[in-house]
Amino acid sequence: MKPARLRIRERVSGAVFAVEQGSALLPAMEAARCQAIAVGCRNGGCGVCKVRVLQGDFDVGPMSRRHVSAAEQADGLALACRLYPRTDMEIERILEPVARKH
Amino acid sequence: MKKGVLRPGHVQIRVMDMQQALKHYVELLGLIKTHQDSQGRVYLKGWTEVERFSVVLVPAAVPGMDFMGFKVIDDQTLSRLALDLAAFGCQVEHIPAGELDFCGRRVRFLAPTGHWIELYAEKEYTGRWGVSETNPEAWPRGLRGMRAMSFDHCQLHGSNLPLTRELFVDVLGFHLSEQVLDANGNSVADWLSISIKAHDIAFVGDGNDGAFHHAGFLLETWETLLRAGDLLTMTDTSLDVGPTRHGITHGQSMYFFDPSGNRNEVFAGGDFHYPDQKPVTWHEKDLGKAIFYHSRMLNERFLTVMT
Ligand code: FES
Ligand SMILES: [Fe+2]
Repeated sequence: MKPARLRIRERVSGAVFAVEQGSALLPAMEAARCQAIAVGCRNGGCGVCKVRVLQGDFDVGPMSRRHVSAAEQADGLALACRLYPRTDMEIERILEPVARKH
Repeated sequence: MKKGVLRPGHVQIRVMDMQQALKHYVELLGLIKTHQDSQGRVYLKGWTEVERFSVVLVPAAVPGMDFMGFKVIDDQTLSRLALDLAAFGCQVEHIPAGELDFCGRRVRFLAPTGHWIELYAEKEYTGRWGVSETNPEAWPRGLRGMRAMSFDHCQLHGSNLPLTRELFVDVLGFHLSEQVLDANGNSVADWLSISIKAHDIAFVGDGNDGAFHHAGFLLETWETLLRAGDLLTMTDTSLDVGPTRHGITHGQSMYFFDPSGNRNEVFAGGDFHYPDQKPVTWHEKDLGKAIFYHSRMLNERFLTVMT
């Protein structure tokens, strides 16, 4: 059976992209060539991909406590690279992604 | 070397998932696991390193670097430097022998950039891994992944660069090998060497006190670096930049992230820098070329993403 394709909407940019159930949100966004959320380490350490969950169910992997405290986590804040959607979701980025500069 | 500091000796890195970390540092980077202590810390080394360990992984809820250690020539030097560091105004702590297994007493100080740096004189000498001390073969069989040869340096970010330079040069005997100057002639980044390597530690003055930018590991050649790049793709490891060449140090390099988001560098080649050589200067306006010599373009992630 193919994993369900879940619909993710990022509120600030209005971007919509799909994540297969069981996959993390941030790499799915990158694969969709969407730039709604800043991409850093992709491994829960740097905090640049932090989001607030407005709607939907999800699981999380290990996230640096410097960037998401237990209280924040209980409040629906998470790192997108460690966020595994279980349903369609609406999220809101915390940081603006910075455009590539030179 | 004039103050008795020899070389980088170890780094303790915080990881959120030890299983994943070992897959990364042992199977992918190719470091050798040499010990696990009663606190659950795992000790690793590159195969060319002669002491028991150079990388210590410690389970933690916040990734980053706990401390970087340099070896000094003997115990007397350690005592003298402890006094010199205190006289300079550093907060100094004494860590008893055995706090890290196989390691003698350590003198730890807080650098003005907010990083704990330590000195030690003794650690168990085990020789290179997998090769004899007499008539050694070129390399040992059974190395894994990228076959990293040694832990080489760290890049750390924080404030107070001028004071940090003074501390490392005047108190610890490093020499400045390369620097990046802003339009006013102030350094925004210092590369410091205690050897003839282009750097043994680097500091970037971005005000991010205590931040860990990366730990660097030595590979043999550009070819090995490309092979390391292949391995990143095969293992779907989070890539930052490269393989490419740096302007600064002219080393060939690739950056990627461990499973806790700590950045690693593998590199090969690069310049020598003897202590009598004047520092190489780069201008901040040309930072793209200074950092990534081929693309001449900085990636925002490289400047801002740290643990
Ligand atoms: S990208 Fe670094 S924490 Fe998500
Ligand atoms: Fe480096």
